[in-house]
Amino acid sequence: MNAPLIGARIERKEDYRFLTGAGQYTDDVTLPNQSHAVFVRSPHAHAKIKSIKLDRAKKAPGVLAIYTGEDLSKLGGLPCGWLITDVNGQPMKEPPHPSLAQGKVRYVGDQVAIVIAETEDQARDAAELVEVDYEVLPAVVDGSKARAKGAPQLHDIAPDNTCYVWALGDKAACDAAFAKAAHVTKLEFINNRLIPNAMEPRVANGSYSRADDAYTLYVASQNPHVERLLMTAFVMGLPEHKVRVVAGDVGGGFGSKIYLYAEDVAVTWASRQLGRPVKWTSDRSEAFMSDAHGRDHHTVAELAMDKDGRFLGMRVKTTANVGAYLSTFASCVPTILYATLLAGQYKTPVIHCEVTAVFTNTVPVDAYRGAGRPEATYVVERLVETAAREMKLDPAEIRRRNFITEFPYQTPVALQYDIGNYNATLEAAQKLADVAGFAARKKASQAKGRLRGLGYAAYIEACGIAPSAVAGSLGARAGLFEAGEVRVHPTGSVTVFTGSHSHGQGHETTFAQVVADRLGMPIENVDIVHGDTSKVLFGMGTYGSRSIAVGGTAIVKALDKIVAKGKKIAAHLLEAAEADIEYDRGEFRVKGTDKKKMFGEVAFAAYVPHNYPHDKLEPGLNENAFYDPSNFTFPAGTYVCEVEVDPETGKVTVEKFSAVDDFGKIINPMIVEGQVHGGVTQGIGQAMLEGCRYSDDGQLMTGSYMDYCLPRADDVPSYQVDTRETPCTHNPLGVKGCGEAGAIGAPAAFINALTDALGVKDIPMPATPQVVWNALQKKN
Amino acid sequence: MAVKISMKVNGKAVTAEVEDRTLLVTFIREHLRLTGTHVGCDTAQCGACTVDMDGRAVKSCAFLAMQAEGASITTIEGVAKPDGTLHPMQAAFKENHGLQCGFCTPGMVMNAIDFARGNPNPTEQQIREALDGNLCRCTGYHNIVKSIAAGAKAMAAGK
Repeated sequence: MNAPLIGARIERKEDYRFLTGAGQYTDDVTLPNQSHAVFVRSPHAHAKIKSIKLDRAKKAPGVLAIYTGEDLSKLGGLPCGWLITDVNGQPMKEPPHPSLAQGKVRYVGDQVAIVIAETEDQARDAAELVEVDYEVLPAVVDGSKARAKGAPQLHDIAPDNTCYVWALGDKAACDAAFAKAAHVTKLEFINNRLIPNAMEPRVANGSYSRADDAYTLYVASQNPHVERLLMTAFVMGLPEHKVRVVAGDVGGGFGSKIYLYAEDVAVTWASRQLGRPVKWTSDRSEAFMSDAHGRDHHTVAELAMDKDGRFLGMRVKTTANVGAYLSTFASCVPTILYATLLAGQYKTPVIHCEVTAVFTNTVPVDAYRGAGRPEATYVVERLVETAAREMKLDPAEIRRRNFITEFPYQTPVALQYDIGNYNATLEAAQKLADVAGFAARKKASQAKGRLRGLGYAAYIEACGIAPSAVAGSLGARAGLFEAGEVRVHPTGSVTVFTGSHSHGQGHETTFAQVVADRLGMPIENVDIVHGDTSKVLFGMGTYGSRSIAVGGTAIVKALDKIVAKGKKIAAHLLEAAEADIEYDRGEFRVKGTDKKKMFGEVAFAAYVPHNYPHDKLEPGLNENAFYDPSNFTFPAGTYVCEVEVDPETGKVTVEKFSAVDDFGKIINPMIVEGQVHGGVTQGIGQAMLEGCRYSDDGQLMTGSYMDYCLPRADDVPSYQVDTRETPCTHNPLGVKGCGEAGAIGAPAAFINALTDALGVKDIPMPATPQVVWNALQKKN
Repeated sequence: MAVKISMKVNGKAVTAEVEDRTLLVTFIREHLRLTGTHVGCDTAQCGACTVDMDGRAVKSCAFLAMQAEGASITTIEGVAKPDGTLHPMQAAFKENHGLQCGFCTPGMVMNAIDFARGNPNPTEQQIREALDGNLCRCTGYHNIVKSIAAGAKAMAAGK
């Protein structure tokens, strides 16, 4: 028997191909007779299209076809996958979202036409010759101004640019709690709009085979089956079995590659018109103005406390800017994935949250790493830290006083936490961060003329998305289970097919560890296949830190069936009763004896069934399973950030960042640590560097790496990370998920540290040197 | 206008006729089908397209193919030994989990090899500064820094 693989730091199986340039990303796929597409995009934030002249462009060298909204008018619009019902019981406003503009453009970057040519350069040259006559309209870009009187209106069906006003929680009880509070802490802030920036830009390559009357779409996607379902059933009206979607190696997602995008539809549709494969590769400038953005909340939040700092109630009012159209999951991010997390790690007895979602002339906003949960954590943890300062309480102590300590715990905002130990992660983080030595370090900084501050964030997230029935009752238009298949080969090696998708997470290794561990075989004997609808039975894909908790469990369920069948085969081979067969990592044994069959022997018998219970059992060893979780999982932890500020320049340095997470059971600690490092860096990026900016007339001001500050290696420190473990109670692996935690907890920890250093109540994100310097000037 | 170009790529002589405006990265990816070199931006900032040109790490999106006339180019495909054994820097990235999605990785490795040649025992700060022209969105750089420190040592030790 082999050593346990669960919990082992195993080098990744996928790395050899990535390190030698042998990865196959979507743009690396070039099909026979390939043609290339370039999109004509709106240069205006809001305009009527008076006319489109294509004559000159069509005559340009190499041009094969040009299509506009008129050509695609028979296709359905891009659907939104989650129906939110507003405070009056009315459905949210869902304006049509055409793949190519129908008479009007609503943001800079909105697609107007697709130009297809023999080469990409020829398509680009011809796109320059497309003449679009626009009647420019006034634009609104700021969510908090979208409902103002006289604001430009984006969609006829959405008066006041309002998609919905939605609320969660008991308002009357909440107001009553505030009425008896000894102290109320109040903050008003913006959770800044971010641009995801996976390093691989989006790519879509559609082809059509007349011989098979079938389509294949190669696309950089996090969830190829969902992409296919949405595209066939809602947009193109195609039979699902006639479309294959392949998402091979994908260079990062962070949410931005979940969605069905207009370009995917346009190239797939055009491939049939032309009878040739059509490939579109986004350049980075296009990515800035066409990948779904993240966050963009304007929030007023209040926390009511008694005289000892015990929380009595929380009141939150948020305006969420969803951009020009509803992207695939846009509607659930600022509601279901946000307001339900406002209890945080605390026993706050009543919470009320009201969210107004508005349309503006900006890129559609959707889930970006964390999706709603970073915004919720920012609300809770900024309030808690500020409350501690106002009440003259130690920020760790105020948290301890309010921590939930008994489980399961029903929050006032719909979730039931199954398990956690928040004191354990807080205490471990304090040690890891050497909070005890902070005073001395602060003094040393002062001696150099620098300001030093320390801040906490004790986050919680709901992952393992999601119990389908719960999601459905909240408006989800899809199930959120996962599927897996375990195919045992005659010689005992195994190929596993998963509906989860890896775009950096390392599933080919983590999932193989689970399988090899259970089957008691070397990890080299297990391969994981994902990302192709023609190979994988079904899948809901990867987002919401769901892969190991939901996708991993589906595989475990299939493994259970393999073992159950293996026991029957082994019982036959060993001439024992099935009930007497026990299985332990690779060995089927007759209880209390030394009689046994190895897993490989059983597999061989299943495929060479000479001696086999044919009367009771089919040959072969291949099982699949669908798993729908009974609850969300609740990863939680404490982050401690320590910053130093140079008051002369406003430059902030993250001196220490310590993260202690409880992700439940951990399969591969090396990979988990990597997820935390990356997530924390995106969180620090949001808090210190990154911010999408539009001019008042809707021009994207941060449209390149010259203007949008992605964290670089010398902007961030090396991190100290550790874990504590309370295994999830409702999945067999005890796992919770780890992909988003860093991005959820880090912004509040950073701003709490920075406001401590500066001695100010609040500072906006991103806290660039200019922002910090201005805050210091204002204070002095 | 079409121009004729000749250069050495991964030790092999190549000659081709390309449009004069063809970028070196496009030549490598589309004409030579060496797709390990990636394009992550259009402003020469992300570094995913980094290759070695005559012993120096350069961004292949910032050169025209014809500017590489007569040059000797090494791409990520030419870094491991012919028998498939990883270069010490590649091995260090694998051992230290210095990559996640793998898209920025070829550029990171090409830049790191060049850097390590001149810095056999670099400090963390030196490594971080040397990575200024290479963006990664997955790793938070923590393990890339570790990988380069380990890779530089291994290269110096002649592994």
